Amino acid sequence: MSIGLIGTKIGMTRVFDETGISVGVTVIQAGPCPVAQVKTPERDSYSAVQLGYGSRKRPNRPTRGHFEKSGAEPTRALREFRIDDPSEYAVGDLIRVEDLFASGEYVDVSGVSKGRGFAGVVKRWGFAGQKASHGAEKNHRRPGSIGCSATPSRVVKGRKMPGRMGGERKTVQNLKVIQTDAENNLIVVKGAAPGPNGGFVIVRKAAKRSS
Amino acid sequence: MNLIKHVEQPQLKSLEEMVKSRDNDLNFYPGDTVKVNVRVVEGDKERIQPFEGVIMRRRSNGTGSTFTVRRMSFGVGIERTFPLHSPRVESVEVVRRGAVRRAKLYYLRQRSGKRARIKEKTIQRAKS
Repeated sequence: MSIGLIGTKIGMTRVFDETGISVGVTVIQAGPCPVAQVKTPERDSYSAVQLGYGSRKRPNRPTRGHFEKSGAEPTRALREFRIDDPSEYAVGDLIRVEDLFASGEYVDVSGVSKGRGFAGVVKRWGFAGQKASHGAEKNHRRPGSIGCSATPSRVVKGRKMPGRMGGERKTVQNLKVIQTDAENNLIVVKGAAPGPNGGFVIVRKAAKRSS
Repeated sequence: MNLIKHVEQPQLKSLEEMVKSRDNDLNFYPGDTVKVNVRVVEGDKERIQPFEGVIMRRRSNGTGSTFTVRRMSFGVGIERTFPLHSPRVESVEVVRRGAVRRAKLYYLRQRSGKRARIKEKTIQRAKS
């Protein structure tokens, strides 16, 4: 794992690339993230850096104490990133977009997906549903049969059923960075990112690409 | 929203540079007859292909703004939608100003020949 940035999903738009093709993009405002704490194997038995993001007006006392150690302004979000060598970073460093990302690279974006509430099988699992007419009665979006009869007399585990959907952490991998804007701390990536506009996202170098 | 505009802004083309017309109004509207010069890439060569017709609709949505041009070609109606700010759209020449009372001229699809004519606008649009 490598270090990333915490940011806000601003929203989507489209831009034209150099060949004149229109691409749908997500605009993310990421960083600058102060290093709030560095975790070392000796003291914490694992190595990581803890980054902050955003501004917090009225931090509670434990939070204030935590940030006083680092000397940074209290932030709204705190996330840890596991790294191999914690000596590269010092408490109080500011990490910015231009330190980590450049256009043409690939990133993974994590966030909490939009909550859909209690969703049926058609929305939640992509079931096809049933007939709209031809004698279908009150059965248009129902799951249909959920298993066999007397043998095995139960529903198999893992059966796809209606239930709570969304509101969980999701990662979208291998999004291409279309452009970066150091002045406004923006990253523009091709494709969609999880969560609502204004929600927190974490941007990291793509795990499954060596660029 | 403001930051989205920040990303879009450098991509937006100014109509002054793109639109050519004989009157002093550098814009085009539904009902106008225009010639759109489109860059066509063939292999590694690039040339400009004109497409002439009537503006049927315009849609404003930042970099996603589009306009649709309708023309009759060998008795068949052809509609082409161009992204307004695409670098592939080289320029738009206004050939004739049309006087219409709709923003979207979908009724042209039902009409042909004389009934599909559009009156020419004679009064110059007042420029403030």
